Amino acid sequence: MEPAEKIIQHAGGVIGVSWLMIALPLLGAAILLLGGRRTDRWGHLLGVAMSLASFVVAVLAFVELIGLPEAQRRRGVELFQFIPGMVDMGVLIDPLSISFALLITGVGSLIHIYSIGYMSHDPARRRFFAYLNLFVAAMLLLVLADNYVGLYVGWEGVGLASYLLIGFWQQKPSAATAAQKAFIVNRVGDFGLAIGIFVIWTTFGSVAYGPVFGAAGGADQGVLTVIGLLLLLGACGKSAQVPLQSWLLDAMEGPTPVSALIHAATMVTAGVYLVVRSGAIFELAPTAQLVVTIVGVVTLLAGAIIGTAKDDIKKGLAGSTMSQIGYMMLAAGLGPAGYAFAIAHLITHGFFKANLFLGAGSIMHAMNDEVDMRKYGGLRKFLPVTFATFFIGYLAIIGFPLLSGYFTKDGIIETAMHHSAILGWLAVVGAGITGFYMSRMVFMTFFGEKRWADDAHPHESPAVMTWPLIILSVGSIFLGGYLILGNTFMQFLAPAVGRPAELPVFHFFSVPGLATLALVAVGAAFAWMKYGRAQVPVVAPRGSFLTTFARRDLYGDAINESLFMRPGQWATRFAVFFDNRGIDGLVNGLAAMIGGTSGRLRRIQTGFARSYALSILFGAAVVAGALLLVGNL
Amino acid sequence: MPWLSTLIAVPVLGAVGVALLPKGNDKLAKQLALVVSLVVLALTLVMAVQFSPRGTRFQFDETYEWIPRFGVHFGLAVDGIALVLIVLSAVLVPIVVLASWHDADGTGADAPPKRSVKTYFALLLVLEAMMIGVFAATDIFLFYVFFEAMLIPMYFMIGSYGGAQRSYAAVKFLLYSLFGGLLMLVAVIGLYVIAEKNTFMFPELIGAITDPTTQKWLFAGFFIAFAVKAPLWPFHTWLPDAAAQAPAGAAVLLVGVLDKVGTYGMLRFCLELFPDAAKFFTPLVLVLAVVGIVYGAIVAIGQTDMKRLIAYTSISHFGFIALGVFAMSQNAATGATLYMVNHGFSTGALFLIAGFLIYRRGSNYIADYGGVQKVAPILAGTFLVAGLSGLALPGLSSFVSEFMVLIGSFQTYPVPATIATAGVVLAAIYILWMYKRVANGPTTEAVAGMKDLNGREKWVIAPLIALIIALGFYPKPLLDVINPAVDKTLANVTVTEFTPAVPVADQKGAGE
Repeated sequence: MEPAEKIIQHAGGVIGVSWLMIALPLLGAAILLLGGRRTDRWGHLLGVAMSLASFVVAVLAFVELIGLPEAQRRRGVELFQFIPGMVDMGVLIDPLSISFALLITGVGSLIHIYSIGYMSHDPARRRFFAYLNLFVAAMLLLVLADNYVGLYVGWEGVGLASYLLIGFWQQKPSAATAAQKAFIVNRVGDFGLAIGIFVIWTTFGSVAYGPVFGAAGGADQGVLTVIGLLLLLGACGKSAQVPLQSWLLDAMEGPTPVSALIHAATMVTAGVYLVVRSGAIFELAPTAQLVVTIVGVVTLLAGAIIGTAKDDIKKGLAGSTMSQIGYMMLAAGLGPAGYAFAIAHLITHGFFKANLFLGAGSIMHAMNDEVDMRKYGGLRKFLPVTFATFFIGYLAIIGFPLLSGYFTKDGIIETAMHHSAILGWLAVVGAGITGFYMSRMVFMTFFGEKRWADDAHPHESPAVMTWPLIILSVGSIFLGGYLILGNTFMQFLAPAVGRPAELPVFHFFSVPGLATLALVAVGAAFAWMKYGRAQVPVVAPRGSFLTTFARRDLYGDAINESLFMRPGQWATRFAVFFDNRGIDGLVNGLAAMIGGTSGRLRRIQTGFARSYALSILFGAAVVAGALLLVGNL
Repeated sequence: MPWLSTLIAVPVLGAVGVALLPKGNDKLAKQLALVVSLVVLALTLVMAVQFSPRGTRFQFDETYEWIPRFGVHFGLAVDGIALVLIVLSAVLVPIVVLASWHDADGTGADAPPKRSVKTYFALLLVLEAMMIGVFAATDIFLFYVFFEAMLIPMYFMIGSYGGAQRSYAAVKFLLYSLFGGLLMLVAVIGLYVIAEKNTFMFPELIGAITDPTTQKWLFAGFFIAFAVKAPLWPFHTWLPDAAAQAPAGAAVLLVGVLDKVGTYGMLRFCLELFPDAAKFFTPLVLVLAVVGIVYGAIVAIGQTDMKRLIAYTSISHFGFIALGVFAMSQNAATGATLYMVNHGFSTGALFLIAGFLIYRRGSNYIADYGGVQKVAPILAGTFLVAGLSGLALPGLSSFVSEFMVLIGSFQTYPVPATIATAGVVLAAIYILWMYKRVANGPTTEAVAGMKDLNGREKWVIAPLIALIIALGFYPKPLLDVINPAVDKTLANVTVTEFTPAVPVADQKGAGE
């Protein structure tokens, strides 16, 4: 196994100014928020321009980076002292961070462009673009910072953007509640991340990646395990992994481009980034790694099961996102052999899931914002471009041979199988369920009878929305093969995350691979029988207890409510009561006692107070005067 | 130039000038008060620029004999800690003057009967002088005098210009503070007598008390006074009443500055004069601090009154500050000092915006609002930013201080620090839930006609938000001033050097 390369300080070139990637969209957000209504007319264009500019910087930095010899491809750029003696803010450009930067700015720009059309009728479109730009800036800070505190700032920054965007239609109580829930659940994760950073600081006396990873080998394994688990808690919050998954489904209250960008392609993958970035710590803490893989497998199954029962197209996709991130998390827990697959799947998922979400947005746009798939049906003839692109995204996510998801997901399954047969076979089962729920979605939406509401007049979306779909579909087809075949991506990533002793070889006909395909086919066929060939009832049938289990998100909310929310409400009520009656009652009672009768206290309370204060003032003056007098003696 | 006495004299003279204006010149009184407070701000900034962080500990030293018989001096000087708190006061006062433009007019819904407008503004300026004096005093007796004298203008501001239950709140505030002050007076005299140095000058009294038992008693006297002032749990119940009944501007100065005298006093006097007692009491103080953090936050969640809610969040925040002061770590104490400043700005902004809301709607109750974002987006937006600062969102100033307090406390006391960190989750709940109920959801009928911020109000909030964001990204100017001062403060308390288990070879990672 080869370790990651050392970080080299860098000056000049595009990498030297790579902080522009963060600054430009931040500036965009500032202009749009401070400029107010004056910027309404061209605000969306500025938002797109800033995102595209950031993309250009990322591409140029990438070109500069691959121009360097492989061993020198980790470049640190110092920026400023944030907390003197503790945190020096800087940027780290290496294959890992630049991969994220390209994904965030590339897919981000496409979604910005798509939003011009999607949000064209919204009176607050400018504010929407301001928040999108804010998100891009925070997300780039998260992945580009060269230290944990910088990451944390970006981490909570994306949480803020997510809060603002989920609650974008905040007049809707459900949206406002979902936004608040997302932020609070995320803060539980952030609590773990913060403590993790505290332990890193007290252990190493630094929070910068280079020094910390360099010294990790000397640390106690128990401490490293604690750090790993705390970071994982943070990752679970941001990436909606069990047990902090419950916010993601509600987050679908946000406008669909937000779901595509933040809650599918980029922000929710930050947890995977954190684990891979902290590989030097996790690799020395096998227990923490084991927990990472368990969380991944549990979530990939949970998300898939939730996906099977959702009639809301966006919630179905959200369950799917959970599940796919579960795959990434699983791979991230497998060490250097898994990192490349985790990140490669993250990138291809970024493309095909953004494609699917934006496709869903296009369908909603055509169907008066209807999200219930039971009221779709037969849409393929009315939305040909959306159908084609959605279908490509569908094939990619189920792992249809030679499309993107086929390569990256299979890589994860094979690596997991190599590591532990149980993990591997559970991942195969997850793939089969994916085949079912995604096929169900496609059949319910595009095939079968029309089940539309009376006022639905579906129409294809404008070019500004379809072109991003087309571009994303191209990525959904080819990107996986390009990254995985010949280990292109693993070799590229190696300077940042190390490389396994033995490079994997892609087998087109391996046992797990064939088993996966067979299960996916079974899932798809089953979906065809239930939702393609058979009539889909417009009102959801009651279903078995298993269906209810999945519909209710595996009772995630019920568990949170009974374990935390209700006891919390009781604690709050008790504390308020105690504060008013207990402490304050004691004090007031004491005062009444000293005052002799409560009647006198009441008198104090109703106006003679000032005279009381005056007498104190008078007394103070006497004392001061006496002191002066004594002093002059 | 005698900077500090000038800074005290200017607002006093300004107050006299405002008070002496003939009747019926309310507008002029307001304008004069604003000008005077801006002059004080300008002078303070000029002075602050001349402060050299690496120079002698106390600068701009002025000492005049006051009561030679007892060695009482009119002694003024500042170190970095006092300096940033004076700057905080000087920044907040003009903002509060501008924000309080109509507070004394007796308009608005549940307004008090019409009171003298010019008196209100004169009181504000007197208060400013007292606040600067209390932080600048190097003579402990003088500190005590300012400490008590501060109560008087605040008492009248609450008692005469406050809400419906102003008298109850004002008396409670006064009695609590006098009780604490009395204990401190005993301790001050005790210190003077036992030290046998015939002086009240703070620098000369450092290390004067060596007997452990005496230290403990004197520490207790000072500490309880400061714990009431700050206030720490369980001495806090006066604050929600006072802050809720005070006019918004007075609440800003009460919570933003006056209460900081408590935490400032702990750092300056309790730690340095009685280092052994401080160490002895540390576990107890940490427990109070952590209980306060969690308790204050939980009670805040349950509040129905906006201003009371903000007051309880401050009780939680004062817990953080006390934790930082007593964690016996350089990072935590620096963070705590920075926290005092940042909290002034963020809670100040919150109180002022709550004041704007209440002025419009005529109700303190959160339930009376809803959907403000739709009709007054700027008002709601600034409310959200101030709230996010209250929950210590990274990128806003309070994050830096809270982070430093927590990470510094974690170095020395990991368990209390971990419990305190749970406060960040609770903070998200109390702020966002309040914001949701006020600003989100369908616009209620009573809110529908609400006007957005006017020009004056924008000028009130803009500087605060600018400071909150600027210090959130670049706190270095303040930290560079605070750090050496905290260093010297802790030099007299035996703080164990922080040594990481596996120190990294090179802090910067260059050449890694």
